[in-house]
Amino acid sequence: MNRRKFRSPLPGFTSTLSVTMFWLFGWLVLPLVACVLKAATLSPSQFFAAAWSSRARSAYWLTFGASATAAFVSVLFGLLIAWVLVRYSFPGRRVVDAMIDLPFALPTAVAGLVYSTLYVQSGWYGQFLVPLGIQGYNTFLAIVLMLVFLGLPFVVRTVQPVLESLEGDIEEAAASLGASRWQTFQQVLLPSLLPGMITGFALAFARGLGEYGSIVFVMGNIPFKSEIAPALIVAQLDDYRYAEATSIAVMLLIGSFTSLGLINWLEARNRRYAS
Amino acid sequence: MSIRVQDVTKKFGDFTALNQISLTVPTGQLTALLGPSGSGKTTLLRIIAGLEAPDLGNILFEDEDVTGRAARDRNIGFVFQHYALFRHMTVFENVAFGMRVRSAPKAEVHERVHELLHLVRLEGLGNRYPSELSGGQRQRVALARALAVKPRMLLLDEPFGALDAKVRQELRTWLRKLHEEMPVTTVFVTHDQEEAFEVADQVVVMRQGGIEQAGSPQEVFDHPATPFVMDFIGNVNVFHGRVFGGQAEVGPFTLSVKGDTHSEPRTATAYVRPHELAIERTASAHSLAGRVVQVNPAGAVQRVRVFAEEFGIELSVDLVRERAQQLSLKVGEQVHVRPWAARVFTPDQDYVI
Repeated sequence: MNRRKFRSPLPGFTSTLSVTMFWLFGWLVLPLVACVLKAATLSPSQFFAAAWSSRARSAYWLTFGASATAAFVSVLFGLLIAWVLVRYSFPGRRVVDAMIDLPFALPTAVAGLVYSTLYVQSGWYGQFLVPLGIQGYNTFLAIVLMLVFLGLPFVVRTVQPVLESLEGDIEEAAASLGASRWQTFQQVLLPSLLPGMITGFALAFARGLGEYGSIVFVMGNIPFKSEIAPALIVAQLDDYRYAEATSIAVMLLIGSFTSLGLINWLEARNRRYAS
Repeated sequence: MSIRVQDVTKKFGDFTALNQISLTVPTGQLTALLGPSGSGKTTLLRIIAGLEAPDLGNILFEDEDVTGRAARDRNIGFVFQHYALFRHMTVFENVAFGMRVRSAPKAEVHERVHELLHLVRLEGLGNRYPSELSGGQRQRVALARALAVKPRMLLLDEPFGALDAKVRQELRTWLRKLHEEMPVTTVFVTHDQEEAFEVADQVVVMRQGGIEQAGSPQEVFDHPATPFVMDFIGNVNVFHGRVFGGQAEVGPFTLSVKGDTHSEPRTATAYVRPHELAIERTASAHSLAGRVVQVNPAGAVQRVRVFAEEFGIELSVDLVRERAQQLSLKVGEQVHVRPWAARVFTPDQDYVI
């Protein structure tokens, strides 16, 4: 049989794939492996002492707790904002839509600086909030406020296209079938939006885990009290304890991979109908 | 359940979608709202459903005024052009939705959904998601969902508009059969005159927010009330001319107009359907010479296009099979065309010959 060599009409497969793989390994996999290898220079007991010290545990608690809380808040408000942007037309809608992306572009140090001055006792918000006992500086709340600022655009930008793709007539269909507004929202809209909300949550959560640049401005970075895990890594590096620093980094990696895996699984479960 | 629409007006900004519409849809009948886009047919349907509120006028179901009532309290079944299925729910859950929000007992829901899936010939597909169905299947799910709540009436907005020709034809026939088995008052919107005539008991032709004519398909087809209806329903040859003294001179033809007593000439337009023209090989009184430019054997009839050089117009003629075989026309042949029926409309009055 005469077999002809078939050349795909799409050019450049070999070259583009090479670049992709090179990038993937050189910039992504290798540094992570290096990080794990560096941590592996410690004996198991040393690793455990560094990565699971009470100081490290309180840092994890703060980081994961605040990120999850912030992601949750972001989903609530992000859904609301996406809803407003998709469903209503009002003057300045496009400006508001463009402003949503601002936190993507803003240097996090700037954001941190602004937030820290807003919530201190003499700040614009702080002068009203602090007398009420609401401390928006150097507290758990401070991190959450900061992370919501950074995480919100992820949620808006993942939920918005899903909302746009929902035909307006499914709500009318639900109404014609006798559903109340609440039933329509809860049984028709919310389940349709859930996959987008989960993705948005995952992105906002992952963003929160890694955030350092802005948090150090709004926190005192005092061990056991106001020190997030990335700040602890920096503190370890300042003491030239590189292996200890990487072991904390490995813990953060495990944490974020686990949560991303969990969320991917949740998404896949919902994917059957989300065509 | 009859529907009465009384003097309904609806405006969207400066655009008048409906202008003082009144209409009665009799109980148990299938009524088609037929018209081009922008004629207000969908708006009228949505107002009947309660998805839109009229600016003026009333909607009555039997003798009950429902104008101020929300869609969900009207107990209607509505089918959307693009199905509007709940994509995160299975076929079963979609059909069950209306009963579940009314907290119907589980066993009853089960029984009714299975009954309906059988009715729309989708047994065994209850566990599928809408994305796993074809367009025709989706629309049948939408229909089953609408019927599940035992609606007082069924309202369909261009139900087959998004489907391809063959499926559309099948569903059309099926809808008519379904209606005969279960004669719930039905109103459906379409821009396809063939669909309206094939399925409906009553056809309502709409144009620019008003009703041009309402009647049985036969009535509307045989006695179009206005030139618009004539033009909209099927192909037609149009001739412009004048009427005076009982005679109409329209283009090449002179036709006698019964009952015309006006002595001064007035402008007139004559409409002749393709099947109302005869083709002959020999000339006769009131016939028009022309050249065959196209012969198209489209199924039951043969479509012939004849170009009349003298007047620079092209006529379309439908010949029944026997006549077509008898003539066996060739492109380029010289023939004579003669109308045996026509409708002449003057701006203020109309005459049928």
